[in-house]
Amino acid sequence: MSSFLQNFANLDTFVAVLPLLLQGLFITVGLALVALPLALLCGLLIALLFEVGSRPLTAGLFVLIDTFRSIPVLVLLMIIFYALPFLGVVVPAFGAVVAALVINNAGYYGEIFRAGLGSVPRHQHEAGLALGISRPRVLLFIIVPQAVRNVIAPLASNSLELAKATSIASLVTLPEMLRVAQVAQANVYNPTPLVGAALIYFIVLWPFSRLVARYERRTLRARY
Amino acid sequence: MGTISEVFFNADVAGRYWGQILDGLWVTVQVALLTVVLGIAGGLLLAVLKCTRNVLVDIVFAVFVDIFRTIPILVILFLIYFALPYGGVRLSPLVTTVLTLSLVLTAYSAETFWSAIEAIPRGQADAARALNIGGLATIAFIILPQAIRMSIPLLTNRAIAITKGTALGAAVALPELLGSAQSAMSIAANPTPLMMAAMLYVAFFIPLVLLSRWLERRSVRQRRA
Repeated sequence: MSSFLQNFANLDTFVAVLPLLLQGLFITVGLALVALPLALLCGLLIALLFEVGSRPLTAGLFVLIDTFRSIPVLVLLMIIFYALPFLGVVVPAFGAVVAALVINNAGYYGEIFRAGLGSVPRHQHEAGLALGISRPRVLLFIIVPQAVRNVIAPLASNSLELAKATSIASLVTLPEMLRVAQVAQANVYNPTPLVGAALIYFIVLWPFSRLVARYERRTLRARY
Repeated sequence: MGTISEVFFNADVAGRYWGQILDGLWVTVQVALLTVVLGIAGGLLLAVLKCTRNVLVDIVFAVFVDIFRTIPILVILFLIYFALPYGGVRLSPLVTTVLTLSLVLTAYSAETFWSAIEAIPRGQADAARALNIGGLATIAFIILPQAIRMSIPLLTNRAIAITKGTALGAAVALPELLGSAQSAMSIAANPTPLMMAAMLYVAFFIPLVLLSRWLERRSVRQRRA
């Protein structure tokens, strides 16, 4: 037991690598804070484009969304980071990860927002227009807020998945938390840094994970 | 610097490496199938065990589900592949990837199945008892069929998302689709293999994405009806 602890939860090692892990956490949080709003915005734009109601546009959006939903985010990242340079386009690791996360999640968010917009009754549009409010304002100030409230559960769930997916940055040598832990582990020849990183991920993300679980349970109950 | 088609869709490179890439696809398909089967079965088992209302089961359930829903898949993969050997447990890249993905899918599907079971009104279990139907039979023939039906549209999306995680296997040297394409790309010094892999991923996952879209639409329609 003591040798197990010495290996997997070595306190000296943990204290030594903690500052490095926290530096990595800083980049992890940065990735999430940059990618999350961008992906949400792209998703909302996609959903609003569906509202335009033009058939070829809708068909095109479906093809685009389903294609990007079928490609693992890591494959997107590899294409952006390792294939684009063959065309002379070199994207720095941070930008590549953000781009991959945004492209991957925009489609998911687009679907979620579309479902949300569809859940707002038609007469809300009509009432807004009858009051002389312009169509863009009706959408932005009357429809979208109600739509967001109706899809808060999948929005929260998808955002948590996006935050977790930042860890793929370690595979393009961006020194975020997982990468730092991996390098440290190879240096100290001891798995404590990896265990420590997992622990920090858990501490930071667990409240969100509980929140998502509660939202989901509420949705299922409303469904029955 | 050639044209885009010469660089990204080079027929010569594609001809040389398609065998290796198809081998990778086969590994991906195997990992994906194993993950889905093990993950769904594991989740169902945990959810049924939780029906016993045993305190110990409740604690194990909560800890297991929260750990595997919260920690990123890649972190779990690295823990199993790089950290476990220090404890004398060495697993192959294939076993590591399947184990990681099915543990995560087990956590998600257990939570979904359990939420669905809970959402079914207590009156159903009471009615079954009044009809003198045993506890196990009630769960197996009355509660579960309804819970599984409710869970399916939610779970297909999740299962697809986690199955796409097979690509993470490349990080532990599993020669699946992405991994084999990456090694071909570095030998050929040309990104065509990676583009081939992307196209094969689309070919493999698009039917599943369309299926989940259809299932979701059907469940929405049933709820409205």
